[in-house]
Amino acid sequence: MDFPTFVFFFLAAILIFAALRVITSRNPVYAALHLMLAFFTTGGIWALLQAEFLAIAIILVYVGAVMVLFLFVVMMLDINMDRIREGFWNYLPLGAVLGLLMVMEMGLVLGAKYFQVPIAEAVVPAGVSNTKEIGALLVTEYVYTFELAAIILLVGMIAAVVLTYRGKKTSKIANPNQQVFVKAKDRMRIVQMPVEKD
Amino acid sequence: MDALMSFGQGIFGGIWPAVWTLIKIVLIVAPLMLGVAYLTYFERKVIGYMQVRIGPNRVGPWGLIQPIADGLKLLLKEIVVPSRSSKAVFIIAPMLAIGPALAAWAVVPFTDTLVLANIDASLLYILAITSMGVYGIILSGWASNSKYAFLGGMRSAAQMVSYEIAMGFALITVLMIAGSLNLVEIVNGQGRGQFADMGLGFLSWNWLPLLPMFMVYLISGTAELNRAPFDLAEGESEIVGFHVEYSGMAFALFFLAEYANMILVAALTSILFLGGWLSPVGFLPDGILWLFAKMSFVLLLFLWFRATFPRYRYDLLMRLGWKVFLPLCFFWVIIVGVWMITPLNIWN
Repeated sequence: MDFPTFVFFFLAAILIFAALRVITSRNPVYAALHLMLAFFTTGGIWALLQAEFLAIAIILVYVGAVMVLFLFVVMMLDINMDRIREGFWNYLPLGAVLGLLMVMEMGLVLGAKYFQVPIAEAVVPAGVSNTKEIGALLVTEYVYTFELAAIILLVGMIAAVVLTYRGKKTSKIANPNQQVFVKAKDRMRIVQMPVEKD
Repeated sequence: MDALMSFGQGIFGGIWPAVWTLIKIVLIVAPLMLGVAYLTYFERKVIGYMQVRIGPNRVGPWGLIQPIADGLKLLLKEIVVPSRSSKAVFIIAPMLAIGPALAAWAVVPFTDTLVLANIDASLLYILAITSMGVYGIILSGWASNSKYAFLGGMRSAAQMVSYEIAMGFALITVLMIAGSLNLVEIVNGQGRGQFADMGLGFLSWNWLPLLPMFMVYLISGTAELNRAPFDLAEGESEIVGFHVEYSGMAFALFFLAEYANMILVAALTSILFLGGWLSPVGFLPDGILWLFAKMSFVLLLFLWFRATFPRYRYDLLMRLGWKVFLPLCFFWVIIVGVWMITPLNIWN
């Protein structure tokens, strides 16, 4: 077994273990942490396939940003495990069907003819930057899809703001902009008083 | 060097490249840790002099052995694990804080040839690895099983995530004008230009054409490091930080991570905006000493900030990140983009 194969199996073993722990661990925080480990290992496997931009992007976006926000939410939830496990047997058939469907879809994609990447073709010639190639493709060939994705994200962002907006704040919130422009004479009055003599 | 290579090849055989890389890692991490130790000493001395005090002067001549004494004391102290805390996460969290601080050094170039891993996307790698540092904070807050530590962890994590965005955008302008994600090429790009040809290299470094972004990067870097005036985690008198439950070496690891990150941000500021190892004037040779001089200057700035500015209030901190720096960054990305397609472009 050569070294890259060994690294692949090493990472794959960790990935499968982490993915299993995501769905089996009782504490949601541990599940989120294992999901983070799974993302990180995926990045490692992609780096092994010489897709360094994607490998770094998944760590930067998913591990560095998305999972942090996810942990924020999960840590603050008060989760009652008994309530969650109540409907387990009722939902199992539906879940099993959906899971089977996904496995079949994945099998069809992976087994398809156009998906087979010959190893020899995947070797990147020296001097070609992965990042530059992806960037060039995004703003030439896929520019409309790219812009569409950006608009969908913007709509999602605005929707989230609208959903959580609870009206104007009535608290006496300080306005730093006004605070900065305050001069001493706005707040202070110098009073001349005659000296009192007794 | 060749003799060393063949000697190592003779002893270790096939695994020599791995051993050689390990040796290089030790050659980076050992001076870094020494630098961290003496940065604490330097900080106490500098702030002492700024406040008309003497600073540490008891242990060794001029107090020079003080950091070693402090380290030894922290090593010997007990690590108290709070009851009903999540023990594994409690122990892992400080390691998660210091791991990224060390791993990021893998791609930092010291000169154009002296770099552990000269990869194509080294700037992206640094962004990705340093963004992992937030886990140490958020998990230490959660694992402590204390509501104060938890709130402190949330607060610090929100601060780091917010300023990471402004920092990332400041870096985008740098890589727009460099046309590369490789740190070596970013520095080499700063050595070209009209001023560099006139022998005034320091005027063609990125700090001048990107002055607002340089300021944003420096200030966001300070906030990202949880350093004064953004050191809410350490404001014992008014607000509690994420590491209240930590003691001994576990606590020290958070501080090691903070100081290692300080040196990292200083190195990155020097490389991205201050020309790295390039000499400021034409008649002096380039070299690693220039990089160290620039890093020392940036580190001095961090200490100087701490001695100068009062601590920020948390809502103002968030306002600065989201409402001031982020729009400024968007604006400057557009300005630089337009600048680059006009005939006035200076980065051909």
